[in-house]
Amino acid sequence: MATEQEVHHIAELADVGINTEELGTFTHQFNAILDYFDVLDRVQGDTAGIRDLCNVMREDIPEPSLPREAVLQNAAATEDGFIKAPRVM
Amino acid sequence: MEAHTLTFEPDDRYNAFLTTCKNAPHGDGTLGGVAVAVKDNISTQGIETTCASKILKGYIPPYDAHVVGLLRQSGAAIVGKTNMDEFGMGTTTENSAFGPTLNPHDTGRVPGGSSGGSAAAIASGMVRMALGTDTGGSIRCPAAFCGIVGLKPTYGRVSRYGLIAYANSLEQIGPMGKNVTDVSTLMGVIAGYDRRDSTSHDRPYTHTPSADITGMRIGIPQEYFGAGVDPAVAGVVTQAIGRLEELGATTVSCSIPSMEYALAAYYVTCTCEASSNLARFDGVRYGPAADTKKSWHDAFKEVRRAGFGIEVRRRIMLGTFALSSGYYGKYYAKAQIARENVKKDFARIFSEVDVLAGPTMPTIAFKLGEKSDPLSMYLTDILTVPVNLAGIPAISVPCGRVAGMPVGLQIMGRPWEDERVVDAAYAYEQAVS
Repeated sequence: MATEQEVHHIAELADVGINTEELGTFTHQFNAILDYFDVLDRVQGDTAGIRDLCNVMREDIPEPSLPREAVLQNAAATEDGFIKAPRVM
Repeated sequence: MEAHTLTFEPDDRYNAFLTTCKNAPHGDGTLGGVAVAVKDNISTQGIETTCASKILKGYIPPYDAHVVGLLRQSGAAIVGKTNMDEFGMGTTTENSAFGPTLNPHDTGRVPGGSSGGSAAAIASGMVRMALGTDTGGSIRCPAAFCGIVGLKPTYGRVSRYGLIAYANSLEQIGPMGKNVTDVSTLMGVIAGYDRRDSTSHDRPYTHTPSADITGMRIGIPQEYFGAGVDPAVAGVVTQAIGRLEELGATTVSCSIPSMEYALAAYYVTCTCEASSNLARFDGVRYGPAADTKKSWHDAFKEVRRAGFGIEVRRRIMLGTFALSSGYYGKYYAKAQIARENVKKDFARIFSEVDVLAGPTMPTIAFKLGEKSDPLSMYLTDILTVPVNLAGIPAISVPCGRVAGMPVGLQIMGRPWEDERVVDAAYAYEQAVS
């Protein structure tokens, strides 16, 4: 069971925002879904097959990329050819 | 190369399209001049691509998805972008920020989802074929509900480069069409190796459908006819399988015990992947502007709360929760074991049979608004998600009606044997048409 506080905490971690009106319904539906997920407690076995997988990488050699204007065209705020972002510090 | 223009001004009464291209350029080739619609989560250079989300409203991709480049090379006219559940998260196309698509067979019902716009555009005759994407049934479900054909290819057969990711390990782009021949033709255009997708395999598709299925062994998983499946739907599908027997196939009963927890494993996996993939939507590089005067946490929260629909926020939160400290072992790790078990079940059965057959969906298309509770909506995906967990190919082909609504016959095959499921569907289609 997830409490309203936990659901609120998750919304904060995920940066999706949640308000008090939504919190009750969200928590109720969240718990119904988590209850259903409990069926996974019965799963037996291993993931040996997954461990056989390997990563596919290309050589670390620079390749042509999109022109700067094309990359900036969808950004809401740009300055001197860079994308403006909210302050981090 | 795109020397000609196709005029496209459809009467879109079902809200199948989010964007239409009135004068669609095209060239010559396999699909020369054929109107093809593209689901709105597949990047199209110069054509708005929103994933049916407010958070991508106005986004114009600066590049084409690999499959879109292949479409253009084949001469196809890309006539528009189709409606969908936001980011592919849904089974009805009701979770679109731009209003639901209606089912052309009954406008009081959903077209299925998440590729509901593509299916409705084909079913209503606006286009001959379309691209969809299938993460947990999103091509096959709307194909079944709208009475058209849809193929979910083997994972790795079609490049995902330029597909706006929701759950990378599960999703594939695939062809949808009025009939099996069109689906097979479109598959031939889009399949093949692409170095820009690290999961891409060098498995081009050059097949021409064959209706000869003499000696084909068909497994009938009992779970596909069990609890939760509408007996009327099961009856229609059983009759369709009977037709395949008349055509020379043999059937054998089998079981997929891991289906008990396949749906839970699917929803844990896709929400975990979504919580990571959708972190990129923050109003900085694209989408509605983040307030650069605020702290990044407050700015992102504001943009994402306003830009994402409720189901998208729910899935991001479920994934964030399942991956959070203390819960990883209970949810994500168990889901991956379950996924292995699903693969092993299929591998065991496919050592004895060539394909599996059953209903695509447990019911006919829902009424609009019928599935308002998220869990009850998730449960309707039970017959389609095992295929995505295992990465195998599956096709849905229309096989009759219940209460006037189309029913889909689902045929699943071994990895890389997309050709065989196409043949089984083609044999059925030819026999009944």
